Amino acid sequence: MSEAQAINRRGALDWASKSAQRRVRRRYAADWRLQAYGIVAIAFAIGLLGILLASVVVNGYPAFVQTKLDLELYIDPSKVKPEDPAKGNYRAIVKSSLASLFPGVTDDKQKADLGKILTSDAAYIVRDYVVDHPEVIGKRITLPIAVSDSFDQLYKGVIPKEVDALSITQERWFERLLNRGVVVEADGRTDLKLDVYIDPAKIEAGPPPTGDFAALARNGLQAYLPTVHDTGLFTMLADDAPEAIQQRVAADPSLIGKTVQVLLPVSEPYQVLAKGETPTVPNPRFAPGQIKAFESLVERGMVRTPFNWELFFNADSRFPERAGLAGAIAGSFYALLVCFLLSFPIGIAAAVYLEEFAPKNRLTDLIEVNINNLAAVPSVVFGLLGLAVFLGFFGLPRSAPLVGGMVLSLMTLPTIIIATRAALKAVPPSIREAALGVGASKHQVMLHHVLPLAMPGILTGTIIGMAQALGETAPLLLIGMNAFIPSVENVGLLEPATALPTQIFSWADSPERGFVSRTSAAILVLLGFLVIMNIIAIALRHKFERKW
Amino acid sequence: MEANVEAKPVIQPMQVALSEKVEKPDAQEHYELKMDAHDVSVFYGEKQALFDVSLGIRDRSVTALIGPSGCGKSTFLRCLNRMNDTIEGCRVTGDITLDGENITAPRVDPVQLRARVGMVFQKPNPFPKSIFENIAYGPRIHGLASSKADLEEIVVSSLQKAGLYNEVKDRLDESGTSLSGGQQQRLCIARAISVNPEVILMDEPCSALDPIATARIEALMEELKANYCMVIVTHSMQQAARVSQRTAFFHMGYLIEEGDTTEVFTNPKLEKTQDYITGRFG
Repeated sequence: MSEAQAINRRGALDWASKSAQRRVRRRYAADWRLQAYGIVAIAFAIGLLGILLASVVVNGYPAFVQTKLDLELYIDPSKVKPEDPAKGNYRAIVKSSLASLFPGVTDDKQKADLGKILTSDAAYIVRDYVVDHPEVIGKRITLPIAVSDSFDQLYKGVIPKEVDALSITQERWFERLLNRGVVVEADGRTDLKLDVYIDPAKIEAGPPPTGDFAALARNGLQAYLPTVHDTGLFTMLADDAPEAIQQRVAADPSLIGKTVQVLLPVSEPYQVLAKGETPTVPNPRFAPGQIKAFESLVERGMVRTPFNWELFFNADSRFPERAGLAGAIAGSFYALLVCFLLSFPIGIAAAVYLEEFAPKNRLTDLIEVNINNLAAVPSVVFGLLGLAVFLGFFGLPRSAPLVGGMVLSLMTLPTIIIATRAALKAVPPSIREAALGVGASKHQVMLHHVLPLAMPGILTGTIIGMAQALGETAPLLLIGMNAFIPSVENVGLLEPATALPTQIFSWADSPERGFVSRTSAAILVLLGFLVIMNIIAIALRHKFERKW
Repeated sequence: MEANVEAKPVIQPMQVALSEKVEKPDAQEHYELKMDAHDVSVFYGEKQALFDVSLGIRDRSVTALIGPSGCGKSTFLRCLNRMNDTIEGCRVTGDITLDGENITAPRVDPVQLRARVGMVFQKPNPFPKSIFENIAYGPRIHGLASSKADLEEIVVSSLQKAGLYNEVKDRLDESGTSLSGGQQQRLCIARAISVNPEVILMDEPCSALDPIATARIEALMEELKANYCMVIVTHSMQQAARVSQRTAFFHMGYLIEEGDTTEVFTNPKLEKTQDYITGRFG
């Protein structure tokens, strides 16, 4: 014993030695590095997530309010018959109400432009209200009516009142001329001092001289920028530029056939640009007078931005200001209902059999491996499967939530089976033994004891599977569940429908500016549903969690 | 032993049960063989865990199975109500009879057998349900109660027999897992009794309990043996000496020695038994 101890002691580490201390330092450094990598990775992930969420929220929050005009309407009994309020001439009512707001406007074109401030559905909004409240016929009422998308975006500050008049290319052309020294200022006016060839083929000497002086001016300008092949270049010349040449020729007809230096004035935006400012023009999206009319409505306090309940209670529409998610929510609900009703019982039955009853052999091993693999199959593949089998072979209707739910349940099944098996495995064997010990049969053990105890885990897995299914887009696109649903009246298992993710997809595809924010808002709604489902899953787990 | 004092009223229902049993012809002799194992071998896959064990178990007495860890005593115990059937890859050969009927035969329903041969496990394992439901479950699935009142009576009498009734009578709807370890184990014993078994197997019933709770369980076994055939696996030689009438010593999968407890502990026939009970190995 003592010998062995002596040997050990000789070989013992000298913790004070330099190499030992270096090892300790390295160990600490390595520990620290490992932690740092983890923190950096988490920070990176959270940062990206934060950016994503922030951009969605920033883009989406304007869609949660809707610009509306409090329009006072006289429900003229001569236009709406009290016995059949659905068939009134509501368009005329809205028109006359608007006209009364702008008594100065008499021109029909301008009146039509004013009408476009309101959504195209304005007449239907009034109709729906009157049908619901027939007692208002013959009375004056004030209804909040959504303004059209352009004015909604204008009021929310998403699109500007004025836009840059010149593109960057146009500014560059001017800069090149500036660098060549041909831009001169005189009497507060900016001119181009250009050499212009007075082409005898285009000019009659006159007097007075006639001909295409504009072409001469254009050719003169083109000669300075020979590489530019864009007619947009010629907007640089003011409308009176040809006159400057004409005056020169009139003063001295002998110039015909010669090259002369002429001062050509530049057009309005370039005048502004030459002063070092950014030239702007009214937003071409709006007709002349529209912006002014809208601003006068704002000044009169008639424009408000109340919370946009229509986003939740309206179905889809081609007009962003009227488009809502009700159809998509209903479609998603039905599809998830079908998905749940199919995948929950089938998934549990399959998991219980595989976990508790199936003999362990090659076949069950193969099935097990394949179920695990199914969970990793891209969802678009399930969509193709649904297209080929459910639509092609069984001939089920296209775009129907029934088929959507069936396809989604294909995706959800592996998740539920795996979660259920894990939950069953987690039930302590002592409970099974206890039940077997009092003479319970295998299925009694299963149904009376193991399954109830595994239920929280099963429900958690199911809800997470459902949440996944809720956000799935590709398989629904393939079976056509991105139908345009302008009304929530015809929703059903076999009716064409759309779902939240596919609605997001179609809105993201739409050109109207209003759909940009609505897309983000729809994403927020979808995320909201996902968060709610996950909270339910967590709550269930906490509620049913048992201590052994 | 305050357990005995408290458990006094428990005796009455048991005596009723006893008088019922006495009338049965097969229960006439006090030390009749209730179960008889003959050349029992157990294999887990390729590995043999038990080698040709032959052991008779007498009615209305406690038989203790002792031996070092891994000697096969629990495996043998689990053969007696075919709990080994539930283990994947486990194979049992040999014959075990219960009242002369071979229970290893495939036509014997293991579920029915387990109702006749109850079991109490090492770790208290009440169902995470109410105390009432814990007891009522067995009678309910076997159809032992014809009415709700009947069921309640079974629950109460089972709890009384297990000496637990006075402690829990006011909270029968509380969870069985809210009881203390010793109470849980007595609840498990009450649950085993509730289906009116003939044999009660106990697999180290006191190993997870403190000495006071152990004393109560032992006192309970003392009372129960008047009515039931009991087999107990234990690591504690003192416990075996205290509660059992017969003792079987297992080692390495073999049954080394069996006999009256006093005999085995005071005058063992084999040196190995002597070594084990005196603590020289194990």
